[in-house]
Amino acid sequence: MKPPAFAYHRPGTVPEALAALAETGHDGKVLAGGQSLVPLLNMRLAAPAHLVDINWLAELDEVAVDDRAVRVGAIARHARVERDPAAAEAVPLLRQAIGDIAHATIRNRGTVVGSLVHADPAAELPAVLVLLGGSMELASAGDGARKVAAADFFLGPLESAVRPGELATAAVFPRPPAGTGSAWVELARRAGDYALCGVGALVALDQGLRVASARAALISVGPTPVPVDLTDALGGQPHDAADWAAAGRLAAAAVDPEDDIHASAAYRRHLAGVLTARAARAAAAHALTRQEGAA
Amino acid sequence: MTEVLHETRLVVNGVPHTARVPARRLLADCLRHDLGLTGTHVGCEHGVCGACTVLVDGRPMRSCLLFAVGVDGAEITTVEGCRSPDGGLGPVQQAFQDCHGLQCGFCTPGFVTTITAWLAEHPDPTEEQARQAIGGNLCRCTGYQNIVASVLRAAELLKEGERP
Repeated sequence: MKPPAFAYHRPGTVPEALAALAETGHDGKVLAGGQSLVPLLNMRLAAPAHLVDINWLAELDEVAVDDRAVRVGAIARHARVERDPAAAEAVPLLRQAIGDIAHATIRNRGTVVGSLVHADPAAELPAVLVLLGGSMELASAGDGARKVAAADFFLGPLESAVRPGELATAAVFPRPPAGTGSAWVELARRAGDYALCGVGALVALDQGLRVASARAALISVGPTPVPVDLTDALGGQPHDAADWAAAGRLAAAAVDPEDDIHASAAYRRHLAGVLTARAARAAAAHALTRQEGAA
Repeated sequence: MTEVLHETRLVVNGVPHTARVPARRLLADCLRHDLGLTGTHVGCEHGVCGACTVLVDGRPMRSCLLFAVGVDGAEITTVEGCRSPDGGLGPVQQAFQDCHGLQCGFCTPGFVTTITAWLAEHPDPTEEQARQAIGGNLCRCTGYQNIVASVLRAAELLKEGERP
């Protein structure tokens, strides 16, 4: 297997990259970590005439943490974000979820922003961005920049809102409010495989340590991440004795999975329920440790 | 159509090389065909099997998922670079021999590079950690038991090597 021939562009600055993308339009493709794109090229499932390699743009290799969010630049690798202590403290869900992305070797090269733009329905980070209500920063020559909310970014399987000629320069993951815990749970046949189903959960506790609000986002059970509000099932209940199974039933009813060679739709729906219950319970426990840590 | 060739510099196992390659030349193929370093094995060619794993600036990466031009200037360590300074087997290679961690040997270069980098950060692994560390590499011969043992043995050998 060899990739089809392409013209290689190595811009030295973001404006040069945007110029190259504007010039090549539909025929151009951004090369970031390449851990999803290069397999597609090797198997000749994709054949872009031009590749614009952004790995040389040091200005996009950033993980910036402030009092509102973690902002991840376009060539920051999974491994770097996973290991960043400030990012893990601000948005623990990042480290919780990134650990389940493929294997460490893939995480050494693959990028957070690249995974989001790739929009694989089985990928972890799109659900993380949706669950946190994050956003993507896109740039293009001439028109300048635009920001797209996570809810509007994932359009379908392998389809995001990035237009030809545009470059996703950063992803913004907002800090969850104080008193909120998070968890990531997924099931795959072997560690590192694509999840048959995966669930991120955010649970906020009130001062009496009862569930104030709870939400989840699920992967591999729909064309894009499926957000589910679990507050109706869990609200007002004690942090350590809520009706987690009821939260699971809400999630199972919200998803519409399909059969494929890896699992039946019925099994995926079952997993959606079981894993949502586990994730919500773990997020509530995590919320307690966050509150104790802050006190 | 004649493809444009790109001059690409790589420092492989400490030795500087220059290759003129088309942009689509995968790093794995550049190492094997252009530089003649056939220790790196090409298995699945889509990032699943781990046989082609090399260290890029010290970090394990799939050389079948990198273009040589894309890592222009990088320091690459292949299985040939995992030997000991005197030219004999390096500690991870020696451990594979001690523990019968290979049969056909096709997957071994990827294991050796991956484990070499991992032990540098995890010098005292448990069996469970050793098992996780090799989760991204496939072997169809051994059933992995002896490879897990090899990871633990390599950690021992590295420690022995540190003693004065």
